[in-house]
Amino acid sequence: MAAIRFSAVSKRYANGYDALRGVDFELESGEMVFLTGHSGAGKSTLLKLLTLVERPSRGEVWVGDQSLAELDKRQIPHYRRSLGVVYQNHRLLADRSVFQNIALPLQIAGYSDEDIGRRVRAALDRVGLLEAESASPMALSGGEQQRIGIARAIVHKPRLLIADEPTGNLDPRLSLDIMQLFEQFNRAGTTVLIATHDVALIKRMKHRVLILDKGRMRHV
Amino acid sequence: MSKSAAKPVRGASGHRITRADRFKRWLGRHRFEASEALRRLMKTPIAALMTVSMLAVALAVPGFLFTLVLNLEQLSPAADLKPQLAVYLKPGADERRVDIISRELLLRDDLVSVELISSDTGAEDFRQRSELGDLLDLFETNPLPAVILIVPREQSTQALQAMQQSLFAYDEVDSVELDIEWLVRLGAILNSFERISLILSLLLAVTVLLVVANTVRALISSRLEEIEVSLLIGATSGWVRRPFLYAGLWYGLCGALFALVLIYLALVLVESPLRDLTSLYLGNFELRGLGIQGVVTLLVLGSLLGWGGANLAVSRLLTQFDAR
Repeated sequence: MAAIRFSAVSKRYANGYDALRGVDFELESGEMVFLTGHSGAGKSTLLKLLTLVERPSRGEVWVGDQSLAELDKRQIPHYRRSLGVVYQNHRLLADRSVFQNIALPLQIAGYSDEDIGRRVRAALDRVGLLEAESASPMALSGGEQQRIGIARAIVHKPRLLIADEPTGNLDPRLSLDIMQLFEQFNRAGTTVLIATHDVALIKRMKHRVLILDKGRMRHV
Repeated sequence: MSKSAAKPVRGASGHRITRADRFKRWLGRHRFEASEALRRLMKTPIAALMTVSMLAVALAVPGFLFTLVLNLEQLSPAADLKPQLAVYLKPGADERRVDIISRELLLRDDLVSVELISSDTGAEDFRQRSELGDLLDLFETNPLPAVILIVPREQSTQALQAMQQSLFAYDEVDSVELDIEWLVRLGAILNSFERISLILSLLLAVTVLLVVANTVRALISSRLEEIEVSLLIGATSGWVRRPFLYAGLWYGLCGALFALVLIYLALVLVESPLRDLTSLYLGNFELRGLGIQGVVTLLVLGSLLGWGGANLAVSRLLTQFDAR
């Protein structure tokens, strides 16, 4: 079964800008895929449709066996809990500890405190930062911050992991580390979609690449 | 313990919890959010105090006015009070004539009661009741007129006025006063005062709403990143609202508590002049505070207005985050 399916999806913003034009593609469950293209090619828009920050103007988006068009406003939070999203600027909250940051998705989903403690430490362990638990995210290096961002995205074991330029602010060596981390999760069965314009990095990793060009999809 | 550990269920939605568990966790979450909101409030004590003071004044004014109305209502005419006509006879009128007039009035069947207060009885009364009683000694003859108090059967304003006119048929009648008039006037004044208080209260309630909305708006803008991230990782709008609603609730409740103190102080200040005023009309006047009911009403209203103001601010924010 396809983990993600876009069927003739177009997105025109209110100001008349066409961000996506008739995009078709599928991601198999358990696959790891890169999404690339120049800035303004529509990568961010595509991810926003997946996280339901935006709705398509035409066409349909499926995630697993769920058509996103069928989800109304009140169902969106629940749907988003099934995703893990990693951001370029990691979007960690500065006013709380690393532990509190990673615990947030679990608190929102209503896990017990005991459960939360266990799962947060497991997530920290998987990104190799077990000892950073009580630190402030601001006290960590850029690479470490991104690892915490990833830990927050995978702490609730999402079936789909989406990353938007996760290595945008990192040097090549750290970038490779982060990508290898994504590969680890992929090997454990998580479907991974990474938007990046780091072409050199993509070439080193042997995964399928989707290329967006002025809102149209070119398959490679 | 979670059952999901047994088999690999993916995603937060796969996490199974019982209904009782869910309720306990929900309750715990609310307790946490309530105390967390209070803790955040205390973190900026000066700013919080300023907002709370503003709310306290806005809540104290209507509270005080209503207490005042409640107290003055002790003076308003009782429903079963019959309008009474006081027929003042000319000073020095012949006592026998006065007696005859009162007897004639007694025979009329359009009067319910007739009571004669002769000038001597009046003087005696005056001596007993008034501190100025000794003044009477300055007069060689009793200066007080005889008075006949009558209660007519017909009590419409027209009938009372007709009765008033008809009594002037007696030469000895000096003036006829409608005794209830001052009470009616007082009732009208109280009614207007109550109406004005109500309008003022509504305006001040809107003020409370807007002050809290504005404060919470500032609170929101300092936590925008947290709100956005929470929504992106699956927070419901309720989750996002909760801390701000509790903040609004605390503001409203603290404002109401401060308002109670202000009202109490104001009552202490007006007690003595009010007692002087009312002693002119009523023998025993007891200054009443808000009472348990008033206190509870003020606290509940304050909290609700705070909650409402916060809701106003956070609803506006959430519409910005809706998927387009």
